[in-house]
Amino acid sequence: MNSAAFEIVIEDTGERFTCAAGENILKAMERLQRKGIPVGCRGGGCGVCKVKVNSGAYTARKMSREHVSVDEEAGGVGLACRLFPISDLNVEVVGGLRKSVLAERLRH
Amino acid sequence: MAQSSVIRPGHISLRVLDMEPALVHYRERMGLQEVDRDAHGRVYLKGWDEQDWFSVVLREADRPGMDYVGFKVINEAALNTLERDLRAFGCTTERIPADELKHCGERVRFTIPTGHVIELYARKDYMGNGLGRVNPDPWPEGLKGMQAQRFDHCLLYGDDLDGNLKLFTEVLKFDLTEQVVDGDLKLATFLSCSNKVHDIAFIRHPEKGKFHHASFLLGTWEEVLRAADLISMHDISLDLGPTRHGITRGRTIYFFDPSGNRNEVFCGDYTWYPDHQPITWTADQLGRAIFYHDRKLNQNFLSVVT
Repeated sequence: MNSAAFEIVIEDTGERFTCAAGENILKAMERLQRKGIPVGCRGGGCGVCKVKVNSGAYTARKMSREHVSVDEEAGGVGLACRLFPISDLNVEVVGGLRKSVLAERLRH
Repeated sequence: MAQSSVIRPGHISLRVLDMEPALVHYRERMGLQEVDRDAHGRVYLKGWDEQDWFSVVLREADRPGMDYVGFKVINEAALNTLERDLRAFGCTTERIPADELKHCGERVRFTIPTGHVIELYARKDYMGNGLGRVNPDPWPEGLKGMQAQRFDHCLLYGDDLDGNLKLFTEVLKFDLTEQVVDGDLKLATFLSCSNKVHDIAFIRHPEKGKFHHASFLLGTWEEVLRAADLISMHDISLDLGPTRHGITRGRTIYFFDPSGNRNEVFCGDYTWYPDHQPITWTADQLGRAIFYHDRKLNQNFLSVVT
């Protein structure tokens, strides 16, 4: 990992944090104990941390087509656990935890 | 033993996004042994104490999740009988030729009411656990990582739990061992074809065909804690634990493979016999049913699936 670091802004909450080059933005957020992007499997599989990058450049690793289509990926949508910044980024949260039938029933 | 002619869950086929990181995870961290590869790029693995050739098949794909779980049945006659009974129940069955999976005999494949694909097979090549069958040592040296003994069970998410329960108990002759209910509504069902308290389990969820976790057996609670150490040492994505389940009493830790498929390693559940009566957990006590120590529901554990 080189010493370059970028600022990530979560537009929904105004949260800002630093992400090192070579680190995915979800991991940087979690390491710095920040919140704003929902955390799921951290492996590109569950779709919970889906974001839209509104400005900045990044590289993306393979992520589940169940959650990010080819068109979405081309349009700047991705899973935060698979996005590696190469500039400062502004992101908007798209994903979230799905409802759990078990948890819903507990509230009744 | 149970009345079922189904013996155990014998294999699970999981989709992974990238094979190499998946192999580091399952082979080096969980300690499964790589036993073969095939022309389709699939990699076959087994736990050290499993006797048959393989129990985990990894396949690279554009989305993670489970392709199918296969159950071994006692013999070819039982396979034919179960195929007939499945058809009578209304399932469409398909025969997958022998050696489509290397070392595996003909498989009967069908889709259950929650949309998951299940297979039955009667034959798989014998490999043994490397200790021999005459005056064996208790364990082999040189095991890696968590030293998982075997693929034990899986938990699947889907909508028609009642249909699944009917199929598994009436056709495949599994026992319902534990359940979570809210009044008349079944929220979770745990099913056994053996002396294990679960060979497969289901949780109610609006989408069909979702995969919650594949579980692997460890020997002791100390080994579960050691697995937790390895998870931090190698920066593996932790879900939760180590902790105790109320349901099944298992001592457990949950984590994710590099493609987001959830794994469990566990020890210390109890023995099921076919004359036992099922245990029921009520929805108002769900916290301690699932996580006996925290007694709180964890939204990620309940809703993150592939």
